[in-house]
Order: sequence, then structure tokens, then C-alpha cells
Amino acid sequence: MSIALLDGPPAAHGMEGFAEHRQRLGSLPPVTQLIDAIERSNLRGKGGAGFPVATKWRTVASQRSGTPVVLANGGEGEPLSRKDRVLMEQRPHLVIDGALVAAAAVGADDIVLYVGADHTGAMQAMHRAVIERSAAERARLRLVSAPVRYISGEETAAIHFINDGIALPMSIPPRPFERGVDGRPTLVQNVETLAHVALIARFGDEWYRSLGVGTASGTTLVTVGGAVPQTMLVEIPQGASVADAVNAAGGITSDSDAVLLGGYFGGWVESGTAWGLSLDADTLRQLGYSLGCGVIAVLPSGRCGVVETARILAYLAHESARQCGPCTFGLRAISAAAGRVAGLSPAPGDLEHIQRWAGLLAGRGACHHPDGAAGLLASALRVFAGEFQLHDHDRRCSVVNAAAVAS
Amino acid sequence: MSDRVTLGIDRIKCDGHGVCADLVPELIELDDWGYPIIRGGAIPQSVLPHARRAVSGCPTLALRLQALASRR
Repeated sequence: MSIALLDGPPAAHGMEGFAEHRQRLGSLPPVTQLIDAIERSNLRGKGGAGFPVATKWRTVASQRSGTPVVLANGGEGEPLSRKDRVLMEQRPHLVIDGALVAAAAVGADDIVLYVGADHTGAMQAMHRAVIERSAAERARLRLVSAPVRYISGEETAAIHFINDGIALPMSIPPRPFERGVDGRPTLVQNVETLAHVALIARFGDEWYRSLGVGTASGTTLVTVGGAVPQTMLVEIPQGASVADAVNAAGGITSDSDAVLLGGYFGGWVESGTAWGLSLDADTLRQLGYSLGCGVIAVLPSGRCGVVETARILAYLAHESARQCGPCTFGLRAISAAAGRVAGLSPAPGDLEHIQRWAGLLAGRGACHHPDGAAGLLASALRVFAGEFQLHDHDRRCSVVNAAAVAS
Repeated sequence: MSDRVTLGIDRIKCDGHGVCADLVPELIELDDWGYPIIRGGAIPQSVLPHARRAVSGCPTLALRLQALASRR
């Protein structure tokens, strides 16, 4: 299977230095009509929302309210994801190249490299990579350490932190492309997205499209976890299946009823459906799924989907910025009720409440934190419908009770 | 402002006083925690005066009228 971002020295080699990087890939060509090439490459944002990259760049480039800024987002707060930190650790110069050509394409002068403070290896590699660059490039690159918090990577939170030292989402409008870093139009782009751009700028969209399977284009990074030998980052062609990605990570280590696709902001899918799903943004969206930030977590046998969902909801409720009422109180209530149901001590009406609340949160926060939690919950109520009923009505867990009987 | 307007809300400013739901129940109901659930779409002319009153009556100035296209 074709790889692109992780081509070059093996992981054990560590960071690819600037000399090796330039020798392997050549210098960056001058930027001409890059946005058109990106559009033809059908590149989507890899941070989670999957927004078309060319459209975003055109919007930023057309702003007249100041010189734009590029914010390379390597916050990666998603607990199940490793892709951004590993990419920055191993290929920091691809990320920087991508940020430089993005800046050239949208007319930006400054670039902020926003890296999760706990991603120590990534931070070290990015730091070293900046130092390896020319004085002219260094002068435009600013490395910022993102606070360790799920919400820190949300784009308005990143801007808020860079401007004011407060990593909390802000109300929109204004949107980042209107007014972001230093009040200037800001292109916020995930670091993996920028790394893809660095390759498209060199080798063209035709080459990039040829990497995909079928009509899909390019490659994508996927963190595969759960019932696999070990959590692993794999690069697969877009359009390959979930099964291909899981097999690239060593295959499953137990039977599995469900897969969490897209991480905590994604959704549960029955394994029978999941394995054959094509990992391509457009295909998944048409089916009502999303690869989010590229996470595939395989639920191992012996683990209960209701319990895992309750655990994730508790995390998301805890990680709410607590700025908006529906998120602060809604997620807390959902998490408490889901916790009781998972723990086989439901209060009267818990399941009915959860079912109603799941449909009540989307679009009701300044950011999409409540939307993500509601989407995850809705998928769990669908995929684990029987198990939720069993927990709530019969106060039984088929997984735990089966294990107890067997032992 | 376009003649097709809708209610927008700054969710961070909103403290759930609930005044809006009293002033324009045609467009706003409150959730289990007292925060507004806003009916989307264009505001009918007959309801517009109530909507304006809700906007000016919001204790935290979280509510606004906005052109339909940029609704959030």
C-alpha cells in the first residue's frame, strides 16, 4: 500500500533532520496556483471536521482586514489519537514546509506552530526543526506550547490562548478567518493537513490522487487502538477499508462487536458494518459516519459498550470549558445518568432522559464540544440499544454477567 | 439587515435567565437546565416585535437578531 507522509527513514530513526528531508524530497518549489492543485487533490482537513482545504484557503486569502496568519494546529487533545504528535516527532519539516507554502498561498507572513505541551517528543522535534531552518524562515515561525486540555486544540481556543493566554473557546462570529491571531485573518490548519500540502506542492495533485484507492485521493494517518496488539499509527491510502487499517496495525486480538470510528468526537459502528467501510471522507459522510481525527478503536470482547460510552461521556463532561450552559449542565447530567446506567444502578427515567438529551445538545455551544458528545451518545444508543435496555431495565450487563457465570 | 432575520445567541454570554422564553415563547423554549432552545428559520413578521423585545430584554445581552444566512 502506498505511503507518503511516513515514507523515508523508519520510525526508530526518530526525527528526520532538515538535510535528510531536503535530500529525500528536494527543495520546495515556488508556489504557483497551489490552491487549484489542492482543490483538484480533494484534500480535506485532518483535524476532525474534514472541511475542504482549498475552500478555506480561498476564504482566508480573500480577506481584506489585515495580513493573514497561519496557525498550524498540533494541539491534538483527543485521547485516542497519536497521529499529530508522531508526525511532528518524525517529520517536523513536512509540517513546516506545509505551513510555509500555506502562508505563501494565502499571503500570510507569520506562522504559529501550536504543539500540545505534553507531546514532549513532538515539541522537541519541532523546536529542533525550527532551529535548522534559515534565519529568514525562523523569523516567521513561532512555536507555542498548547495547554494540556482536550479543548485546547479547538480553533478559537487556540487563538484565544495565543492572543490572551486563555485556552478556552470564543463565541463566533468573528470566525478565525475573519479575525484570529493578533486580530488578523487566520488560517487554522491541522499539522497533518499541512504535511499533505507539502507533498502536493512538490509532486502535484495528479500524483496525490493516484495514492488513493478507487475514486479516493491521497493517504491518511490513522491511530488504531483497542483490540489490536498495541496502539499504532498507520498510514493508509484514502479509500482503504477499516479492516485494512486494523490489519496494518497487526489485526484484532479478540472478537469485537463494535468499533469507535473518529475518536471521542466520532461514533460507534457495529463491527460487521465497520470492517468494510471505506476510509474516505466523502464516502463516510454519505453513510453518516466520520473518520474525525483518524481514530479507529476496536472494542475488545469482555468490554461493555455502555460502560465505555459512560467513561467517555464522563471525560467529555469533565473537559467542558464550562462557558455555555447546555454543555456545562447538559453534559454533566448526561454523564451522571449514563454512569448510573453503566453501573447497574439507574435512577427512574435515566435512560429516557439520556435518549432525549442526546438530541438536545447539538449546535448549542460556542464550540462543537456538546455536538461531539451528543453524536457519540446517539451512536451508542443505536449500536448498544439492547445493552442499554439490559442495564437500565434488568440491571444486568451481558459482558460482566457472562464473565461472572464463566468464572 | 436583510428582511429575513432570525435569532442568534452568544452561548457564552447566556446565563439562562430565561427572560427570552417568556417574551417570545413562539420562538424560544427552555431546556431542562433553563437554557434557551431557539427555533431556527426566518422569524414571521407577526412575531418580530416580540423577538425584538426579547433581544433588548436579555439581561446579559446574549441574544441578537441577525440575517438568516449567517445564523448560528
